[in-house]
Amino acid sequence: MTIAAPQNPRNTAPEPGSGPSAPITDSINLERASLSLTSGRLPRWVPWALLAAAVGLTLPVFLMLAAAEASEMHVGGWLVSAAVIYLVLIFTLSTIVESRRKAVDRLVTGLVAGAFLLAMIPLVSVAWTVVSLGVARMDADFFSMSMRNVVGEGGGALHAIVGTLLVTLAAAVISIPIGLFTAIYLIEYGRGRLARGITFLVDVMTGIPSIVAGLFAYALFALFFGPGVRMGIMGSIALAVLMIPVVVRSSEEMLRLVPNELREASYALGVPKWLTIVKVVLPTSIAGITTGIMLSISRVIGETAPLLITAGFTASMNYDLFNGRMQTLPVFTYNQYVSQGIPAEAYLDRAWASALTLIVIVMLLNLIARVIAKVFAPRSSR
Amino acid sequence: MTRSAAPTKGTGTASDLASPPGAAKQRPGDRWFSGTALFAGSMILVTLAAVAIFLVAQSLPGLSATSEDASILSGNFWDYVGPLVFGTVWSAALALLIAVPISIGVALFISHYAPRRLAQGLGYVVDLLAAVPSVVFGLWGIGVLAPAAQPLYSWLVDNAGWFPLFSGPVSSTGRTILTAAIVLAVMVIPIITAICREIFLQTPVLHEEAALALGATRWEMIRMAVLPFGRSGIVSAAMLGLGRALGETMAVAMVLSATGVVTFDLLTSTNPSTIAANIALVFPEAYGNNINVLIATGLILFVVTFVVNAVARWVVGRRKEFSGAN
Repeated sequence: MTIAAPQNPRNTAPEPGSGPSAPITDSINLERASLSLTSGRLPRWVPWALLAAAVGLTLPVFLMLAAAEASEMHVGGWLVSAAVIYLVLIFTLSTIVESRRKAVDRLVTGLVAGAFLLAMIPLVSVAWTVVSLGVARMDADFFSMSMRNVVGEGGGALHAIVGTLLVTLAAAVISIPIGLFTAIYLIEYGRGRLARGITFLVDVMTGIPSIVAGLFAYALFALFFGPGVRMGIMGSIALAVLMIPVVVRSSEEMLRLVPNELREASYALGVPKWLTIVKVVLPTSIAGITTGIMLSISRVIGETAPLLITAGFTASMNYDLFNGRMQTLPVFTYNQYVSQGIPAEAYLDRAWASALTLIVIVMLLNLIARVIAKVFAPRSSR
Repeated sequence: MTRSAAPTKGTGTASDLASPPGAAKQRPGDRWFSGTALFAGSMILVTLAAVAIFLVAQSLPGLSATSEDASILSGNFWDYVGPLVFGTVWSAALALLIAVPISIGVALFISHYAPRRLAQGLGYVVDLLAAVPSVVFGLWGIGVLAPAAQPLYSWLVDNAGWFPLFSGPVSSTGRTILTAAIVLAVMVIPIITAICREIFLQTPVLHEEAALALGATRWEMIRMAVLPFGRSGIVSAAMLGLGRALGETMAVAMVLSATGVVTFDLLTSTNPSTIAANIALVFPEAYGNNINVLIATGLILFVVTFVVNAVARWVVGRRKEFSGAN
């Protein structure tokens, strides 16, 4: 009955864009189509060759420009113009050889890859700058001295490192139990309006600007201790406000991954609910939870603004969270940069060195988190 | 046997042997544990309520302050906060304008263009950007980006100065609001990228394959299947990025040389400041009523970011209900 396949005239008609010069192009197209299946397509090496040509051809132009002005070559301008030339070349070539649609596809491919490379520039630049400028002061003094009575060169960041570790530790001690138990409540117990309200508020807390968290801690303590109060524990509370929602979110995800069959098997053996959670649910998800907690620590350890207005800055060691100002690494970095003395070089070197220390700590935490996630992930193939 | 009595009765009397098997037996451990969990959950409520209450309490004197009470004010409070709100919104909008197209490109590259084996590693690399502390971005912006961008700025002012946004005189340090917006964009790109990537990966594979089977090129497939599916996700990702850009403090405080004016010029040395940066710069030396004024500006920032985030969540929530993905 329905043998008559509807012949869509569009399928056979030439591309609308290829113009009305019908007979010659048609015969060429037919000939090409009969030669091989890949006809009408650019070989795979063409985009790469075009890219190399664009980069290679623009290099001498920019070298000559630099020589003419007797200045350094503008690397950024070179790469951007090479990219633009490549996009124009590939688009025209593809339009001629292939089709308009293919050309747009190749253009977008180039743009998307370009967006990725563009996003990589700051990362590489930040890493390179911090490492190259930071190693100058990566010496024993930097990790064994404070800034007490240091004017100009020398000195170190021991007080800031100790402060960062203490403040972050206290923040973790506050926020890990609250965050973890909130996640347990939301997954295992929570029902109805309260659970929905808490979920919503956790979302709201995720969006609190860090400086507002700092202002909250200040407002809280200023009420009891009078205005102008600065303490390490204030910083911990500000950081905890930022950290709790992250812990809740990640732990919630991990607890949700625990299969219900495990819980039901445990209930079937007569194990109480709380023991089921402690002995079955938590051990199953502990790797993921630890990863989430490490990542949340690495997120708050670099916070500057809340610490600047709560823990303040000082040049001396302070091991007491509840008494007096406390220096932290991010604030130390900021402070060294903002209030440069003489010679300015010494202050800048210290700023970059502490930035490098901070990045190394953050990266280590990230790395450990990933390793934990990889090594202790629940074995699924059993 | 009487099942209707079980739920109400079983929770109250723990040692009732006659209760049907459906009702859980209550032990002290259970009560302690669920009590602790409930307490922790309520702590979230308490914390957020405390944030709101303490901020309001401390900012009430600031809201009504005038130049007589607080030395940083020249008129009343709203004259002071107006340019700051403008600067906050303007810099965040610029940052978003830069970040959203790049983020969508990066997310598409990772989800649909990069070789499968590389994709996850590339995702980690982009996430690394999010791990860099903001103070480091501040140092980088002022030490590397601003000097590098300054020649471009002066070229723009010389050759495109007729365009209102690029009017001169050009800043000689490069510490303009455009530089601050670029730094902000770098900081929000990983956030927007991460969400967009997740959403692009959730596109039903059948839709993609159907598009490809009809002869679509990869870009046509993305335009027909991936982007329509992820549109609301992109919007909410952009909103979350906006929330982050509004509240970002140190990078702006360090990079921007601010004078507290209202201007749309991108490349001059007179720039509007932002609320967060202003607090960070002024707070350490503030005293008396000035502190209350600054906390009041912080309250306004809190409200603005709250609204932005709430809208973003609402968009996400709506998407979950109406999309056929799940």
